[in-house]
Amino acid sequence: MDWEVVIGLETHAQLATHSKIFSGASTAFGAAPNAQACAVDLALPGVLPVLNRAAVEHAIRFGLAAEGVVAPRSIFARKNYFYPDLPKGYQISQFETPVVSGGRIMIERNGSEIPIRLTRAHLEEDAGKSLHEDFHGLSGIDLNRAGTPLLEIVSEPDMRSAAEAVAYARELHRLVTWIGICDGNMQEGSFRCDANVSVRPKGQQAFGTRCEIKNLNSFRFMEKAIEFEIRRQIELIESGGTVVQETRLYDPDRDETRPMRSKEDAQDYRYFPDPDLLPLCIDAAWIARVRETLPELPDAMRRRFVEDFGLSHYDAGVLTASHDLAQYFRALMLVVPGEAKLCANWVSGELSAALHREGIEVRQSRITPTQLGGLLRRIQDGTISGKIAKEIFDVLWSDGGEADTLIESKGLKQISDVSALEKIVEELMAAHPDQVAEYRSGKEKVFGFFVGRAMKACGGRANPAQLNAILKDRLAG
Amino acid sequence: MNLATTSLRQLAQALQARQISSRELAEAYLGRIARLDPGLGSFITIDRERTLRQADAADARIASGTAGPLTGIPIAHKDIFCAQGWLTTCGSKMLSNFVSPYDAHVIEQFEAAGALILGKTNMDEFAMGSSTETSFYGRVKNPWDPTKVPGGSSGGSAAAVAARLAPAATATDTGGSIRQPAALCGISGIKPTYGLVSRYGMIAFASSLDQGGVVAPSAEDLGIVLNTMAGFDARDSTSIARPAEDYTAQLDKPLQGLRIGLPREFFGGGVSADVERAIEAALQEYERLGATRVEISLPNTALSVPVYYVLAPAEASSNLSRFDGVRYGWRASRYEDLGDMYERSRAEGFGAEVKRRILTGTYVLSRGYYDAYYLQAQRVRRLIVNDFKSAFAQCDVIMGPSTPSVAFGFGEKTSDPVQMYLSDIFTISVNLAGLPGLSIPAGFGEGGLPVGLQIIGDYFSEARLLNVAHRYQQATDWHARVPALANV
Repeated sequence: MDWEVVIGLETHAQLATHSKIFSGASTAFGAAPNAQACAVDLALPGVLPVLNRAAVEHAIRFGLAAEGVVAPRSIFARKNYFYPDLPKGYQISQFETPVVSGGRIMIERNGSEIPIRLTRAHLEEDAGKSLHEDFHGLSGIDLNRAGTPLLEIVSEPDMRSAAEAVAYARELHRLVTWIGICDGNMQEGSFRCDANVSVRPKGQQAFGTRCEIKNLNSFRFMEKAIEFEIRRQIELIESGGTVVQETRLYDPDRDETRPMRSKEDAQDYRYFPDPDLLPLCIDAAWIARVRETLPELPDAMRRRFVEDFGLSHYDAGVLTASHDLAQYFRALMLVVPGEAKLCANWVSGELSAALHREGIEVRQSRITPTQLGGLLRRIQDGTISGKIAKEIFDVLWSDGGEADTLIESKGLKQISDVSALEKIVEELMAAHPDQVAEYRSGKEKVFGFFVGRAMKACGGRANPAQLNAILKDRLAG
Repeated sequence: MNLATTSLRQLAQALQARQISSRELAEAYLGRIARLDPGLGSFITIDRERTLRQADAADARIASGTAGPLTGIPIAHKDIFCAQGWLTTCGSKMLSNFVSPYDAHVIEQFEAAGALILGKTNMDEFAMGSSTETSFYGRVKNPWDPTKVPGGSSGGSAAAVAARLAPAATATDTGGSIRQPAALCGISGIKPTYGLVSRYGMIAFASSLDQGGVVAPSAEDLGIVLNTMAGFDARDSTSIARPAEDYTAQLDKPLQGLRIGLPREFFGGGVSADVERAIEAALQEYERLGATRVEISLPNTALSVPVYYVLAPAEASSNLSRFDGVRYGWRASRYEDLGDMYERSRAEGFGAEVKRRILTGTYVLSRGYYDAYYLQAQRVRRLIVNDFKSAFAQCDVIMGPSTPSVAFGFGEKTSDPVQMYLSDIFTISVNLAGLPGLSIPAGFGEGGLPVGLQIIGDYFSEARLLNVAHRYQQATDWHARVPALANV
């Protein structure tokens, strides 16, 4: 039987605010346990939550960027359950009326763009962490993370393969980091995805029974986990079994999902509106103010890169992988106008390779757009060859400085002087009469030998086009 | 100085005039507490040294000429308010080991004013009760008759003020917990408009209903204390930002033309004859002061008790979830695993009435019941709000008995929770609507026990309510009567 896969994603994006969603404590990662938990985070008797305006603005930014509807009035609700890292015994979340409804994320399917619809995005607080090691039979509780603002972004079940789920997650990741609402750090848990996976016979309308897969803390694991789960469900059904609705945990070491809790264990969270918080009212003026601060979005910028700069869709996509990279490219284009392809090649080539090698982000690049632009201009005007430029790039990267100064001081200027090149070629031919004879007898492979030797003789500075022309002319006799 | 007959305003004047020092005043009150409270049980915690340190600071402030109206005045606080360094129990075994590391906004306001913390007063556990019988710290006796309850949940505060063990005390009111004990103890008490006094640091019972307030002998004293207590606090999202108001400024305004709304539902059946007589006499006094009677109707009054006993437990069941034995408070000494730790700690730490309300609240919020109970109660709550809105189109204030009867005996209503709940029938709707309400002494009923007159106003009409109460107290002396034991 042919099976169709149905996937929906729930993503928790940690909002990049300085303080927590309902208290003034810092959200910085990595502090000593409980050093960033204030009275409100500890849920001392009598404390009350106060909503962080910045968290709301981040949610509005997302709503606008994803083309959802920002609710003029939304409600915070309490989700009640007991757990030691949940200090109040309830999580403040949004239930019936989320701050953002609808919206979409575009992904590619069979060469064309299709929308993955969003159900909703709502604000909520994160819980703390239970630490089960190092306490000799006891558990430790770290409440630093308790109260960290989260935006839970829920998609419709619109994805039809693990690859599409990953494409959606990557696009979403790019969007939330692009608009600056999330740092996107998956290792630190700033961007966490759960996948709802089901299968159904092709052509069937009704959805199959779904399982929720948790612990997908990298795109690679997400793909593997969903693929495992799809295989598991299909094999189960084909061998006469039925899928049970449950939550499953992905184990990357064994590359499998394992049941965590079944639907029967599902708790009654007894949601009700939090009487400590007023309804969240967002008027049109507030939305308009946030809209003004929104950067050009990746889709729009990518289209513009194609239209304005004549770049390929692929290049435009690579350059808009992150807002910082796109900004770098745009700054570079200001230094070397009209050389979009050259700039694109260097940003996605040498620069990205160097960043990757050192494991740093583009904003930490050791070469500024001005420096790189200075180098590319010398390629553009023929002063240096691409090969020499790569050498200079390495020097700029490690020692800093300016391309022009380096070219001057190290004598790297390209030799475009015909007579100088002719002289080198003549000397070469005189020194290697056998190879000249071979070439002339039809072994044109020997041409490369002469190019190499000539380049070596001039320290690689020869203008390659000129050198080729002279060599061809002289060797022809 | 006879503390049994000196008002808060007079004490403040004496302090300013250096006729008495704050230390002397504090020692005098601490002395009265030491003598009288063992038989009364109105305080949970006294910290003599701490109070006297504050008194010395207040004396220095008075000497430096920077004193305010409450500088040097000892105030007792209901043990629901967190005060830094003070045991803050909320009347529960659950918090019997909880020393607060921070101050409630209300406490901060009093600290800034230079008032002293005289002690923490007894109360129904987590403010759940109408007789202070649910306290882990034992019963509080009504100073007028030690066989009767003082009312609740602010029974400790009311009894302490009635016995003049404190010139004033803070209290809280979720369904009548200020007005009912004030009435049963023969003193004045005001529950302000919801949002006037910050709830930050006031241990939550039912967040949408809880409101801090004050009990004192007279309306004038209430105004003086409320001036310090009220005020916007950004840490409470339901706190209302509005210009500061002097609640004593209008006290003397004549009542000529005041329209008193008398809800049909507050009179007639269910009110004992002695209470009815006293209230009628008070109304006649108001007529002599120039007021007129308007008959009004609050048709949903009967529904206020069932609505309240859905909404308040629902909120409480969630608010009390934090008391889990993990971070502070009572933890069972032995347990098998996490679930067992929760169960034992909460089973041991909470009393029966608190458990009853947690169970009720959990039930009404459960899947399948939420719509029928919680949502339905919210709808009726809106009807109750509308009832008052229509009423205030016809009258300036609403009056009626604060309670259906005078103070009842210990154990009389504990076996039948519904009977206990019904003792708050006249006060609960005011919390559901978020309106200000006040109770003042209006004579005595059966057994020589005090009767309280409730006065309800429109939103933020506290100054008017205190004016209406004050004019009555100028014309009568019920508020100045003290129980025999106070005259020691």
